[in-house]
Amino acid sequence: MRRTSRAISSILLALLALLFLSPIYIMLVNSFKTRAELYNNALALPESFSLQYFEAAMKKMNFFTVLGNSTFVTVMTVIFVVVLASMTAWMLVRTDNKLSKLMFMAFISTMLIPFQTLMMPLMQVMDWIRTYLHIPMLNTHGGLIFMNIGFHASIAVFLYHGFIKSIPIALEEAATLDGCSKFGVFWRIVFPMLKTITITVAILDVISTWNDYLLPSLTLSDKGLRTIQLSTFYFFGEFTIVWNQAMAGLTLTIIPVVIFYAIAQKYIIKGIAEGAVK
Amino acid sequence: MKRKDKLWFGLFTMPLFTIFTIVVIIPFIIGIAYSFISWDGISANPKVFVGLDNYVTIFQDERFFSSAGHTLKFTLLALISVNLLGLTFSLLVTNGLRTSKLARTFFFMPNLIGGLILGYIWKFIFTDAFKFLGGKTGLEGIFFNWLINPNFALYALVIVFTWQMAGYTMIIYIAGIQGIPDELLEAAKVDGANIWHRLTKITFPLLMPSFTICFFMTLSGAFKIYDVNLSLTNGGPVHSTEMFAMNIFNEIFGYGRYGVGQAKAILFFLIVALVTLTQVIITKKKEVQM
Repeated sequence: MRRTSRAISSILLALLALLFLSPIYIMLVNSFKTRAELYNNALALPESFSLQYFEAAMKKMNFFTVLGNSTFVTVMTVIFVVVLASMTAWMLVRTDNKLSKLMFMAFISTMLIPFQTLMMPLMQVMDWIRTYLHIPMLNTHGGLIFMNIGFHASIAVFLYHGFIKSIPIALEEAATLDGCSKFGVFWRIVFPMLKTITITVAILDVISTWNDYLLPSLTLSDKGLRTIQLSTFYFFGEFTIVWNQAMAGLTLTIIPVVIFYAIAQKYIIKGIAEGAVK
Repeated sequence: MKRKDKLWFGLFTMPLFTIFTIVVIIPFIIGIAYSFISWDGISANPKVFVGLDNYVTIFQDERFFSSAGHTLKFTLLALISVNLLGLTFSLLVTNGLRTSKLARTFFFMPNLIGGLILGYIWKFIFTDAFKFLGGKTGLEGIFFNWLINPNFALYALVIVFTWQMAGYTMIIYIAGIQGIPDELLEAAKVDGANIWHRLTKITFPLLMPSFTICFFMTLSGAFKIYDVNLSLTNGGPVHSTEMFAMNIFNEIFGYGRYGVGQAKAILFFLIVALVTLTQVIITKKKEVQM
């Protein structure tokens, strides 16, 4: 009796979960349908599986270029944030003076500032750097990565700081006595111990960089530099909406996310929980 | 501190701190200055100091106030629906059922997809799939194009945001639930407490830290919503779903009123800080010590 009721509950839960993802189903089935079929019944399974709308969407979105752009920007951002934030946080934890405390406070106290408060003056600063220092900060991937690092610095330093505080200093002292430089101590001894928190920082950064729309929309104007989010936006804006093609385009943009989720699910869920709770 | 140590300190911290200063601190300070200036964003045109005029303008800006109203209404509705659903999901998947893990995976999935894309998917659902459902079921009072009705367009925004965030709060609630010792709930069961009592007398009070985090995340997320807003309704119909963030963006980059827009942006920061900090203080007070 008890076992059957649990089996039924299990099935009901699975059905509820499937129902929750019904928007994904609707997107997927309609990306195969002809226009007539789509307007006739938006919820039914397609009668024929034609990949022509995917091909058309791929071409219009410039899919492989924008996929490459998004991947490049995301990977570089994550690498720089992990390397720079872990080094910074370690120094801030191991240095007990006013400057160190002040810097940590600067990182933490700015976390509440919404992006909208910074976006216009930030664009001015980037413009000045371009005009007076001749460093191309706008309309380049490098500039976008630079700004991403700045925006992700606070949360990354905060997470690393909390983690490093809990690891004992004895090992580092022993290595220093053995003649290891600070650089060696950090990279050979400390950084390997930060593995779990590094995964958390990396996951959070991947998600927020990959899904970011507003900052890239403000900085990138060349068509060839667009990220997936930007290309999706223009895809919907430039053409009067042909829904089957649009759904095929959206399906394409979700595929990389689903693959990432399938591979790293365990880490993603753990990373989200840790990133929020700390 | 020895000279060598100072050098190492600079070498380790300065690269990130410099970038952070250029990207966050300097724009924040300049941003405050910009809010006292009248300028149209064209560098050849003069920037005129106008004192508090921009702030006065905001208080006469009806569209800003109505956008504040929508944001408030949206945030309240979203706060309730996201947390209700997230909490329900977390209770469902911590029951030890065989399909728990699968359900958890599915419930969290939408959170990984960018807000812009979520908005476009639902745009199709609210316009076409709903029209189809309405014709098919005869329930045209529920299933019609929500996005052309000012009230329903706001609810549509709440639904999409809930779909995005429920799984996120679920993860945080699960972490909280797993931290509650089993013996506590077992003991209550032995003493004859029913499921409702176990929830309200044991689980919920011990979940207060999770409530603090989830409320904070939902509040700040809802207040700052932009991507979903842009792709789902673009503020329409007739500005009825134009949230704070979009109003600021349009003021600056749409109408080229950089000074007024920046003053709004500063005000926006103050409101976000005030609301979220107040909320954290209130819920922190309610947390119980074990």
